[in-house]
Amino acid sequence: MAIQTAPDQDQWTRPSIWTRWGPKARWGLIDILVIAYAIIPVLWIVSLSFKTPSTLSDKSFIPNEWTWDNYINIFKTTDFIQALINSIGIALIATLIAVVLGTMAAYAIARLDFPGKRILVGVSLMIAMFPQVSLVSPLFDMERSLGLFDTWPGLILPYITFALPLAIYTLSAFFREIPWELEKAAKMDGATPGQAFRKVIAPLAAPGVFTTAILVFIFCWNDFLFAISLTSTNESRTVPAALQFFTGASYFEDPTGTTSAAAVIITIPIIIFVLFFQRRIVAGLTSGAVKG
Amino acid sequence: MAEIVLDKVTKRYPDGALAVSEANIEIADGEFIILVGPSGCGKSTMLNMIAGLEDISDGELRIDGQRVNEKAPKDRDIAMVFQSYALYPHMSVRENMAFPLRLAKVDDATVRAKVDEAAEILDLTQHLDRKPANLSGGQRQRVAMGRAIVRSPKAFLMDEPLSNLDAKLRVQMRTSVSKLQKQLATTTVYVTHDQTEAMTLGDRVVVLRGGLVQQIGSPQFLYDNPANLFVAGFIGSPAMNFMPATLADGKVTSPLGDVTLTDRVRQLVEAANANRDVIMGVRPEHFEDARLIDDAARGGGVVFKSRVEVLESMGSDKYAYFNVDGRHIESQELAELAADAGTADAGETAMALVTRLSAASGASEGEELDIWFDADKVQLFDPESGRNLTYSG
Ligand SMILES: Nc1ncnc2c1ncn2[C@@H]1O[C@H](COP(=O)(O)OP(=O)(O)OP(=O)(O)O)[C@@H](O)[C@H]1O
Ligand SMILES: [Mg+2]
Repeated sequence: MAIQTAPDQDQWTRPSIWTRWGPKARWGLIDILVIAYAIIPVLWIVSLSFKTPSTLSDKSFIPNEWTWDNYINIFKTTDFIQALINSIGIALIATLIAVVLGTMAAYAIARLDFPGKRILVGVSLMIAMFPQVSLVSPLFDMERSLGLFDTWPGLILPYITFALPLAIYTLSAFFREIPWELEKAAKMDGATPGQAFRKVIAPLAAPGVFTTAILVFIFCWNDFLFAISLTSTNESRTVPAALQFFTGASYFEDPTGTTSAAAVIITIPIIIFVLFFQRRIVAGLTSGAVKG
Repeated sequence: MAEIVLDKVTKRYPDGALAVSEANIEIADGEFIILVGPSGCGKSTMLNMIAGLEDISDGELRIDGQRVNEKAPKDRDIAMVFQSYALYPHMSVRENMAFPLRLAKVDDATVRAKVDEAAEILDLTQHLDRKPANLSGGQRQRVAMGRAIVRSPKAFLMDEPLSNLDAKLRVQMRTSVSKLQKQLATTTVYVTHDQTEAMTLGDRVVVLRGGLVQQIGSPQFLYDNPANLFVAGFIGSPAMNFMPATLADGKVTSPLGDVTLTDRVRQLVEAANANRDVIMGVRPEHFEDARLIDDAARGGGVVFKSRVEVLESMGSDKYAYFNVDGRHIESQELAELAADAGTADAGETAMALVTRLSAASGASEGEELDIWFDADKVQLFDPESGRNLTYSG
């Protein structure tokens, strides 16, 4: 018995590389893998956007010939600028409306017991799960006859519809986190229900509202399906749809470079949006309210 | 300053649960009243009805003679301290305490003065600019009190305000709550689970069981004259000892021997029309080491012999535990009390008897001891209704 365990002991005294590196290094490695997986395609697009048309397919990661031409070209046409304006306007308006409606609905769901509450939650879950592609042709027909086709409201409305379940779900989770007693305390301190909501609940729900705003904005910003089906002109075409119609400098030229440049440009608002709101997402804002 | 009257107040929750049933309580102006009872007996519900946070299903609530059933909490001018403190985490201590005043549109100078004054009273002056998250439990508790006192409300409602504090802090805060209430002389309704708080803080105690008011009275009165088995078992720590007994001709046959009732007790029992079967109750402090009792006093009680199972010496006195043979008492009230105390023991044949002996007692663990108890302090209860047959209120 004692003889048999001797080799094992030797192994214990000389720890493997993994144990010697410690958990920090292991996590670091995993982090690097995950980040690389996510960021390499993005860097690839960035690299493509700086390549000249002749070096586009040279398979090198770092461009051999750097050029700003692609960026200059997309801003030369009004197409891209108009699409950018459409995208920003439509996404912001849809986000604002969805978050305001979602906040009210989520508050009611988290706090009140009203008839039809379960049905409301069920329906919103159903909408979230509904395959959007199956709605495209009915929506197309409806918007044509209502005169909404190829207008801003024509996109804003379906975006709100599909963003609302997302907003309601995220927000009601946040509202449930806020201790019920804070509201009772506000009432005892002399607040009307409106004051209790504005002065106590809303400030505490802010991180949830901003998180939801980011998620909804990204959803609207990235949408391609509705954007391509419910628009036909620069009137309301958003960037993801407009990218489809990009041509190179001439009709026969490969538009990969300009498309890549446009793709890089449209990630910038998202990054700004996230950075702007991230500061307001202070974790643990409710700590100290109640013992625990 | 207000007088609060509950007139047959009943609360039935939408799911049909009857939380409070026809409660009649009259709380005098400036009185400190305690609500006690086991978990789920309706204490918080009653407090929330007074506050206006829960609707009253039936009956009338009057503050200063005015019906307030329909008034919103903010129009009742009552302040509440919550068990969880419910401080606003995004506001500093100063803003927390100023919140009720700001809502009442009090001008800035007055707000500042009142908050400073309350902070002074509660010893919070140096913490005014901190957020609740950075305060200790005791400090948070005081901020919650501060928020209640700044606007000098008609009444304070407190729902187990000290139960989240550790034992030492609780003792400390208990005295400051008591002092504060005397200083402000504001009507206070205080919910607690804690024996000591119930006995020491209030002018009067209301004992609740399953939504029904069992008895209302001063702590000492409830202790000496419990109206029924439930109050007898609930008030007092360690709890009263109960054992089955039979009553005949002014004599009680119990597992501790035959007890000849004193004239006082006998008259009470006769007036109460007692049956043969009774439950006998004796408080731990009414036992004594027989050797310490002089012969003259011995006659007024009963001596029995038993083996000391466990002895706890507290310095000032000794707790001796005995096993006494006797059948288990079938009583809904005692079962509830045991469940609340967490001592529900299934079907034990021997009962544990708790006695408090003086420090001079020569009791030692595992040895036989002669124990005496006072026959005049014996209380008898009806096993069916739980009524105290020796009640002299
Ligand atoms: N919102 C509600 N809906 C239905 N029943 C309720 C509701 N709130 C409380 N109850 C019931 O009413 C009874 C009294 O509850 P309450 O909270 O007043 O008890 P409590 O005496 O404060 O107990 P504890 O000491 O545990 O705080 C309980 O049986 C409880 O289950
Ligand atoms: Mg309670």
